[in-house]
Amino acid sequence: MAGGFGEGFGSGVSDGATLGLADKVGPFSGGGGRFKRRSDNKTVTFGDSSAVHSKPLWSLLALILLMAAWYLTTHAFGLPGDVIDAAKAEDSRTHAAAVEKHQEAVDAFEVELAAYEVEAEEARAAGEDPPDRPDGPGKAPRKSPTSDKQFVTACNADPDCGKEAYTQIFRPTQLPTPRDTWNGFFTLSTVGFRNITIWEHTRVSLWRVARGMFFGTIVGVPIGMAMGLSSRLKSLFDTPVELFRPIPPLALIPLAIAFFGLGDRPAVRLLIFASIWIMIIAARSGTQAVNLSKVRAAYSLGASKWQVLTRVVLPNALPELFTGLRVALGVSWGTLVAAELVGTDDGLGAMIFAARQFFRTDVMVVGIVIISVLGVLMDIGLRFLEARLVPWRGKG
Amino acid sequence: MKELLAHELGMVYQVPKGEPVTALHDVSFELEGGRLLTLLGPSGCGKTTLLNVMAGFLAPTSGGVFLGGEPITGPSQDRGMVFQQGALFEWLTVAENISFGPRMNRVRKGEYNETVDDLLETVGLQGFGDKRVYELSGGMQQRVALARCLANDPDVIFMDEPLGALDALTREKMQGLVLQLWQETGKTVVLVTHSVEEALYLGDRMFVMAPRPGRIEKEYELPFAKIGLEVEPRELKASPEFIETREEVLSMIWDMEEQIMGGSN
Repeated sequence: MAGGFGEGFGSGVSDGATLGLADKVGPFSGGGGRFKRRSDNKTVTFGDSSAVHSKPLWSLLALILLMAAWYLTTHAFGLPGDVIDAAKAEDSRTHAAAVEKHQEAVDAFEVELAAYEVEAEEARAAGEDPPDRPDGPGKAPRKSPTSDKQFVTACNADPDCGKEAYTQIFRPTQLPTPRDTWNGFFTLSTVGFRNITIWEHTRVSLWRVARGMFFGTIVGVPIGMAMGLSSRLKSLFDTPVELFRPIPPLALIPLAIAFFGLGDRPAVRLLIFASIWIMIIAARSGTQAVNLSKVRAAYSLGASKWQVLTRVVLPNALPELFTGLRVALGVSWGTLVAAELVGTDDGLGAMIFAARQFFRTDVMVVGIVIISVLGVLMDIGLRFLEARLVPWRGKG
Repeated sequence: MKELLAHELGMVYQVPKGEPVTALHDVSFELEGGRLLTLLGPSGCGKTTLLNVMAGFLAPTSGGVFLGGEPITGPSQDRGMVFQQGALFEWLTVAENISFGPRMNRVRKGEYNETVDDLLETVGLQGFGDKRVYELSGGMQQRVALARCLANDPDVIFMDEPLGALDALTREKMQGLVLQLWQETGKTVVLVTHSVEEALYLGDRMFVMAPRPGRIEKEYELPFAKIGLEVEPRELKASPEFIETREEVLSMIWDMEEQIMGGSN
């Protein structure tokens, strides 16, 4: 064994001394060999879960690999010439032509309008009815695509407008490149999509999740705790809970729309449905996990039933409730996007779904990335809260 | 000091699909106030059941327990309880655990703060008031449990194997603390233990209990607890009287264990 020399010398001394010696002994010691010696002197690490911890550099590597995969699959690297820029130049030419054509139409219309004014004046002077105005419905070009940003906005009212121009950059059969996605994100955060910025979409989605989780929790937790405390209530609620729990909230979207119409209400109610069963079960098992000794200790210290409930059973269930919150948040987030796909005009899901009509794959990807990042951030936030609020978790 | 009286206590557990188990059969005794009674016996002799009946956590199927002439029908702050482990409230600090009883009884903060400080000193945990209980060692946690129980100034303190989960050295130290608290406060203490040595050393009175049905097999009046703090504990435990009693009790318990093994085969 390579480390024998150093170990033999240091065996009677403290750990630190062993290490110091091993480092100096050179090629025959564990410290100076080809393999770097671990600081905790473990000889067995494969299979030892305590030897598995996070290595930030490897996490970074994973992120880099993901980005590289994205670049490669979208052919952002290694293509002869700059296809994307060529496509963009082509697009701006097409767009410029469109603007020019539009301007011609506007000019022509203005000439027509001026002629009309003269005609109408003459008619009025002659005491006759004036002729129909030329700018009746559908007759005049009212939208004016003067800039790229406004062009996007102008498309909101007309699904067909600008379709050709954009399909040249964003091929619907292919992921948008990271750069296009970044540009899309920039436009979305300043101008927005369908006149609503990405921040507004995000705010609407988060607010829906917050309401759904709030009501799911304040209704679910008391029911779950009651189930953990009373045989009658447990038996009463067990059947509905077990029957409703396996229903995927997505299966209820059509029913929710039929009952509550489109918009905010069905989405929030679906989210309550998504989180309530999870919270009931978390509260039930948290309540049942209470140590009988703790309850008895509280009673023999003079606590009333209510005090035992609020001062012992509830705090004791907090770790389980936090686990429930994290699970419910994940499920709610997924359900929300699906509910918004169908039933609402705003929110990230609605934005992604609407982008489909304009082949705006960049908008879709921006929405997807935001959903992913927010999901991670919310989980980190809850874990942070958990560490602050239930520091005794796993130590009891 | 109030007297603790058990009158013809019986406890029969109904087992689904099986013979009913008699955990306690006709247990009667009188315990004068201020005594330290230890309950000793093999597993299944009903010592913890007896403790839970006296604490009011279980209602006996026959007979009754009386404290100062009043029947015991449920838990109350007159009777404190110290558990083996896991009964502290992890979400509270040491000081908050100790003040739990007074707070439940709506004692004002200014009044119990002093009590908490005194108790921290009594159990040797000065300066640990703001620590979380899970940051303490097992022995320190049991010190908190003792202090928490004393904060309500109960008439009787029940201890269910309070030192059972501690290592040997800590256990000996904590035995000294139990004796010290008993002598200083003059409270009635009933302590359940598995350890013959502990039962002899701490008990000023001792019941050896026997199983099937759970009953009091033999009663001892013991001299060791009264002098336990004045004499070196190891010396006392090595004295001929101590060893003689210990061997006698041990052989009695061995006989019971053998009977159980024989009976079940």
